[in-house]
Amino acid sequence: MTSLPISAPSWAKLPRRHMPVLATLTLLLVMYGIGVSQYRAFSNVQVVFNVFIDNGFLLVIAVGMTFVILTGGIDLSVGSVAAMTAMVSAWLLQSGLPALPVLVIALLIGPTLGFLMGCAIHFFDIQPFIVTLAGMFFARGMCTFISDASIPITDGFWTTMSQYRIGDPRGNFVSISVLVAFAVVLIAAYVLAYTRLGRNVYAIGGNPQSALLMGLPVGRTRIAVYTISGLCAAIGGILLSFYTLSGAPLIAIGMELDVIAAVVIGGTVLTGGSGYIFGTVLGVLVLGVIQTLITFDGSLNSWWTKIVIGGLLFAFILLQRLIGIRYK
Amino acid sequence: MTDSRPVLTMTGISKSFPGVRALHNVDFRLLPGEVHALMGENGAGKSTLIKVLTGVYGIDEGTVTLDGEQVAFNGPMQAAAAGVSTVYQEVNLCPNLSVAENIFIGREPRRLGAIPWGEVRRRARQLLARLDLDIDVTAPVGSFSLAVQQMVAIARAIDVQARVLILDEPTSSLDAGEVAQLFRIMRQLRDEGIAILFVTHFLDQVYGIADRITVLRNGALVGEYPIAELPQLALVEKMIGKELDVLELMEEHPRQSVTATEGGSPLVQVSQLGRRGSVAPFSLTINAGEVVGLAGLLGSGRTEVARLLFGADRADRGEVRVDGARTGLRNPVQAIEQGIGFCSENRRAEGIIADLSVRENMILAMQAARGWLRPIPRRRQDELVDRYIKALSIRPANPEMPVRNLSGGNQQKVLLARWLITEPRLLILDEPTRGIDIGAKAEIQKLVVQLSDGGMAVLFISAELEEVLRLSHRIVVMRDRQLVAQLDNDDTVDADRVMQTIASGTEREEASR
Repeated sequence: MTSLPISAPSWAKLPRRHMPVLATLTLLLVMYGIGVSQYRAFSNVQVVFNVFIDNGFLLVIAVGMTFVILTGGIDLSVGSVAAMTAMVSAWLLQSGLPALPVLVIALLIGPTLGFLMGCAIHFFDIQPFIVTLAGMFFARGMCTFISDASIPITDGFWTTMSQYRIGDPRGNFVSISVLVAFAVVLIAAYVLAYTRLGRNVYAIGGNPQSALLMGLPVGRTRIAVYTISGLCAAIGGILLSFYTLSGAPLIAIGMELDVIAAVVIGGTVLTGGSGYIFGTVLGVLVLGVIQTLITFDGSLNSWWTKIVIGGLLFAFILLQRLIGIRYK
Repeated sequence: MTDSRPVLTMTGISKSFPGVRALHNVDFRLLPGEVHALMGENGAGKSTLIKVLTGVYGIDEGTVTLDGEQVAFNGPMQAAAAGVSTVYQEVNLCPNLSVAENIFIGREPRRLGAIPWGEVRRRARQLLARLDLDIDVTAPVGSFSLAVQQMVAIARAIDVQARVLILDEPTSSLDAGEVAQLFRIMRQLRDEGIAILFVTHFLDQVYGIADRITVLRNGALVGEYPIAELPQLALVEKMIGKELDVLELMEEHPRQSVTATEGGSPLVQVSQLGRRGSVAPFSLTINAGEVVGLAGLLGSGRTEVARLLFGADRADRGEVRVDGARTGLRNPVQAIEQGIGFCSENRRAEGIIADLSVRENMILAMQAARGWLRPIPRRRQDELVDRYIKALSIRPANPEMPVRNLSGGNQQKVLLARWLITEPRLLILDEPTRGIDIGAKAEIQKLVVQLSDGGMAVLFISAELEEVLRLSHRIVVMRDRQLVAQLDNDDTVDADRVMQTIASGTEREEASR
C-alpha cells in the first residue's frame, strides 16, 4: 500500500466551487442579451456605465456584506448606516464645517458602530441578526434625530464629486463613485484572497469550531468583518450623498435586503465559507440590469424589480442547495 | 529507548471540576521516539489529561515539563508552537478550504503581507509526500474521506516541528486499511524521534503499535508498563479494576448456534431492494430471533442498508415483506409501525438529544409511535424508564439527568432503551459499540444475545469482525455497496474467511442461501 484511494471524483473538485458564480455570469449575459435584442439603445456603452453609476454605493456596501456573510454572519444595519453617514455629512456641511473633516468624521461613524456590534456579537455571543437589527434601528433613529426633513448639500467638493465626469471622447462617462467602488472591490478581493485576515474569514465560515482549535483569531476576525462592513456602509453612504446631493432620513430603507440579495445571487453561501467578491460584483450588476430593463420597457411598474429579484434569489438559493456546496 | 530522557513529564497532576475529581495526582512521562498508549475506560481521565497538557484546562496541582523546562500552556495554539500538537477524534479542519490551506492556515508564509500560494502548495505537497499521500492539495478538504482528512490534520500537526504528537482516538472512524496507513505514518514519525501519545479504545491496535502503556482509572494513575510486560487480559483488568465477570462471560459465551433459529419464521423479507447511488439491489431474509451481522469496510454500504430497512432513505426499487405481507417502508414512522427500530451510528447527531433528560430521550420513539396527541402518562413513563435503567444498568441511575452529562457508553444504552421500550420485532443496531469502553461494550453484546433469545430479530452492524462473529447467527458481507455474500456462522466461518470475502467479494457459491 503506497497511498490511499481518494474518494473525490475529479469532476467534483473545481467547477463545483465556481458554479454559482458561473451561473450568475451566464444569467447576467443572458439578461444583457435580451436587453440588446429588445431595445436598440441598450447596446450603448453608456447603459453599462450607468448601471455602475447608479449602483456604485450598492456595490461598495455589498463588498462589506460579503465579508460578513462569508463568516456565516449577517449585517442588517448597512442601509441605515449609509443613510446616517449621508445625513451626518449633510448636517455638518450645513453647519459650516469644511469638506475634509466632514469626510473623516462621517467615515468614522460606520466602522465604530460596526466594531461595537462585532464586539457584542463576539463577547456576548449574541446572534448577529439581532445585534445588527438593533444597530439598524439605532442608525435610522439617529437620522431623524438629526433632522426629520431632507438636508440639501451645496458644498463645492460634494457637487464636484457629484458632477465630475470621467469619459471618453465619444461622450461615454463614469462618475468618481464608480472609481471609488472599483478601488474598494479590488482591495477587498486582494484581502480575501491573499491575506491572513481574508483566509481566516473563510475558515470561520467553514467551521468556526475548527478555526478556533486551529488557533485562528476567531474573535478578532469576527469583530473585524463587522467593522469592515461598517466602513463599507459609510463609504457607500458618502457615495450616496454624492449621488443625491442631500441627506435624507428615510433614504436607503430596505437597502440591506437588496445588498444581501445581491451577495447571495453573486454566489456567496449564506451559511458562510464559500463565495467571491467577483460574484458580488456580478450580483450587483444583475440587480442593476434588471432595473435598467424595466426602465427601458417603460410600461412596467418599478416594483417588478422586486418581483424578479425575489424569484432569482429563490432560484439561486435552490441552486446552492442542489450543488451542495455546504460540504459536511 | 528507555535510556533516553523524557521529552515530556507530568508530575502530580490534579484537576477537579465542580462535583467531580477528574484527575488525582497523576504522573505521566513520554520518551522521544516512542508510541505511548494512554488507556482507560470512558471517564477515566484520558481526555482531561490531554486537555490539561495542551492548556485547554488549567491545572489545579502539579507540574508539566517539556525538555526539562517547566511549562504551562494557555491553549492548544501555544502548546503547538512549543512542539506539542494534537489531532482530535473529530477532525478539526475547515471543509471549505483547500488541503494546502488547512495545513498552513494561521502560519502561512507571507511576502510583503501577501500569501504566496505557489509556495504554500509546494510545501504542502512536500509535507504530504513525507506521509506518502498523493492528493490534489488545491481541492477542498471536505471532498476527501475522513481518513485522508485525518492525515491532513496530522500533516498540519507535524509541520510545526512537533516533538510531541497527541492522537486522540484517531482510528475510531477509519477502516482497517486506513488504520494500517495511519500506523505506518506513526511508525515513521516515531523513528524520526517524535514522541506519540496515542489514545484509543481498540485493544488490538494498542498491541499493534504501542511501545509503552499508561493506564488510568477513575482519574488516578494505575501504572506505566512496557507493552511486552502487560498482556491484553492484564491490561483490561487494570483498566476495569476487577476481573470483570461480564468480560469473562463474553469471552466464554458460546458462539450463537445456527440451528437454533432454523425453525424461526421469516420476519422481514427483502427482495431486490436498492437505491441508486446508495446500495445496489439486494435480497435478504431476517428471521425472528435471529442476529444477522452486517460486515464490511467503512463506506461499503452497511449503514445505507440499515437506512433503507428503516425507511430513512427511500428505496427506488425492490420490495419488502413483513410477516409475508408486502409493505412500503417509505419513512421511519411506517417502519416503527411495522415493529422496526433503528439505533443510528452517529449517536450525537442523529440519535441522542443532548439537552433532554434520560427519561425524555427514552420515551421519544414510543411517543412518536403512539402519536403526539396521546401523551404517555407520567406514571407509565417512570415505570418504563426505571425498568430499563435497571435492565441496562445505566449510570448514573437518574432519569431526570440531561443526557449530555452521561458518558458515551451510557448514552448508547439510553438510545437502545428508547427502541427497546417500543418492543420492536427487528432492531437495527448500527455500530452500537463504537467509541464506548469495554465494560459497556460487553454489556451491550450480552444484551443483544438476550434479546435474540427472547425472539427479537437483530441486524447488527459493526466494523469489529470479532464482535460480529461472536454475536451473529448469520453474517452478511457488504462490499462496494453490494451485498456480496451471506455466510451461516458455523464452525467453518472465522475472521479470516470473512476478511477474505470482504477483500475479494467472492464467496457466493456454497454459503448463500
